[in-house]
Amino acid sequence: MQERELPLWEVFIRSRTGLNHRHVGSLHAADAAMAIQNARDLYCRRQEGIGIWVVESAAIHASDPADKDALFDPAEDKIYRHPTFYDVPDGVENI
Amino acid sequence: MTTCDQKDLFTYVLRLGDSGLVLGQRLSEWVGKAPMLEEEMALANMALDMVGQARNFLSYAGEVEGRGRGEDALAMHRDVGSFSNLLLVEQPNRDFAYTMVRQYFYASFAERLFEQLQHSADSRLAGIAAKAVKECRYHARHSGLWLVRLGDGTEESHQRVARALEDLWPYTGELFEMDEVDRRLLEAGVAADVQAMRTEWREALNQVLVEARLPLPSDEIWMHSGGRIGRHSEHLGHLLATMQILPRSYPDANW
Repeated sequence: MQERELPLWEVFIRSRTGLNHRHVGSLHAADAAMAIQNARDLYCRRQEGIGIWVVESAAIHASDPADKDALFDPAEDKIYRHPTFYDVPDGVENI
Repeated sequence: MTTCDQKDLFTYVLRLGDSGLVLGQRLSEWVGKAPMLEEEMALANMALDMVGQARNFLSYAGEVEGRGRGEDALAMHRDVGSFSNLLLVEQPNRDFAYTMVRQYFYASFAERLFEQLQHSADSRLAGIAAKAVKECRYHARHSGLWLVRLGDGTEESHQRVARALEDLWPYTGELFEMDEVDRRLLEAGVAADVQAMRTEWREALNQVLVEARLPLPSDEIWMHSGGRIGRHSEHLGHLLATMQILPRSYPDANW
């Protein structure tokens, strides 16, 4: 359709109830202002959010799927890292 | 309920409804063929906003008239000569630049109009305006950004937006016209003083155009007029034919 595609942006929306911005998808836009406008039109049609972040997709550095084993498998047998080995006294509501 | 002539009020509200409806229909013509998906959604959103505003105005107009005509009857069962929308909004889409210039002209005007109407002595009108003003503010921002991008973009986009500006400019005079109906309702505290908004509207436009590297057209040219009293360009009939064919062919159609 377009001869030159506009840059891709990743969109993060802060929901009405949630605390964190959450990744919801991506879109094309010429710059940040247009990306926020497009995010409003694409991802906030049903009152999904009260805040928008956009980041140029090119600015995101991702881990290599091929490194999956080296990166994530070593954690597999370290169950002691999970906070499940404590006795929580009955009277404590939040920890 | 305010103390003003109900026929005047009907005319006034109908004009607001008709402009919203016709512009909404025009914008919806982009659905399925916008230059990019993101803009397709933006155009459809704006179209829905305009039709939503029109529904509110036309329903109210029907009630004021008191002859049992609802929003659908007013939208779908009137002919060209009974429509009282601004000539600007019935102008064809032509290209994206035209659509954005037309949108900016109207939205920047409507934003100011509804800002005032929020304080109308007619509480129903004030309520509709309070909802519409936010929508029009967004439309003005969106289309204004596009004017800057197109004007300060490529050679072709600059040429196209410059041509749209020149061609649509003669339709902007009508936005600020006031006739007897407007004056009587203004006196009653119901209508807005659109004449007084012209300078501010122009100043806001000028700021956009400076950034877009486009010249501000002169007011000292001949301006089209007549939409508000039912004298339309040839384009409106075609638009209505498309919009009205279903309810006219199947009067009791339901879905």
